[in-house]
Amino acid sequence: MMTEYELRTIWMIFIAIGIGTYGLRLSFILVVGRMEDLPPQFSGMLRFIPATVLAALIAPTLAVLSVDPGVGLDVAYTRVVACLVAVGIAWRTENVLATICGGLVVLWGVQAVV
Amino acid sequence: MAILPISLGVVPFGVIAGGAMIESGIPPQHAIAMTIVSFTGAAQLAAIDLIDQTAPVAVIVLTAVIINLRFTMYSASMAPYFRRFGALTKWLGAYVLTDEAYAISITRFRDGELSSHSQKWFYFGAAIPFWATWHLSAALGVLLGTSVLSDVSLAFAVPLTFIALLIPDLDDRPTMLAALISGVASILLGFIPFNLGFVLAVLIGITAGTAVEQRSTTQSEQPVATDTGCETT
Repeated sequence: MMTEYELRTIWMIFIAIGIGTYGLRLSFILVVGRMEDLPPQFSGMLRFIPATVLAALIAPTLAVLSVDPGVGLDVAYTRVVACLVAVGIAWRTENVLATICGGLVVLWGVQAVV
Repeated sequence: MAILPISLGVVPFGVIAGGAMIESGIPPQHAIAMTIVSFTGAAQLAAIDLIDQTAPVAVIVLTAVIINLRFTMYSASMAPYFRRFGALTKWLGAYVLTDEAYAISITRFRDGELSSHSQKWFYFGAAIPFWATWHLSAALGVLLGTSVLSDVSLAFAVPLTFIALLIPDLDDRPTMLAALISGVASILLGFIPFNLGFVLAVLIGITAGTAVEQRSTTQSEQPVATDTGCETT
């Protein structure tokens, strides 16, 4: 589809998005960099960010909740199997490459069989 | 280096983003420059979709920025490590901050084996190749259109990398619980638009983890060391 906006307007949009997004990325890095000490509560909360972010990035690739027209859970079973194997490999080896390769091989294997 | 497979995993996504720009009628060199200026995956796709629909400019910008709210959490999480870095590292580092660069770096920073200097180079060593791969794949999409997209299952390398990073990070009960709740919530809240379900799920997970930790601390009445990794430099 061709847009009705002029190139100049589209540039304005992307520059504004760029500045806004950059501000979000820079926000705490700049503010915390100027603080003398970190409040302990802040540090206590920060420690959960990596695990919660990773879990929230992974989970929606396995199942999607649809609410319209009715509530239903669409589970990608092939991916779930591949993920379980990947979790097992990650648990045993703590090796990133082995985890990815194992997961992809299982994904393609199951896709070929089913 | 985990950045290689995860970078390859986002190639299809980059190609789609680049191809969508062209299909909207944006000239190729402008499309690539706009990709560099904004450097944002999901938000760029949403913006281009809204530009096609001639949505109001303010709505387009606001939508994209809301989709990117999660960067604030990454910024907060990385901030303690960035404190000791110079201004240039902070400003440049913030520009190349992505889901992928964040995930790979923070899990490595937290195990405390890297010196502050190594952390800086580890971060850029992950973030800059990822940045380059994103723009090369977007350029590929710009040049060839989205039809070159071959195997979408390659994109599955991205969540697999996240699994490899997550599992070793689950080293105590509060963290496991926080991750579990966040994961379940991210599925249940996924219908909320503009990625807000994701942000909400993470906040719920953090709250649960913090609550469990505080309860176990008051029960045992022993101070628990708050481990942000800062002490171990």
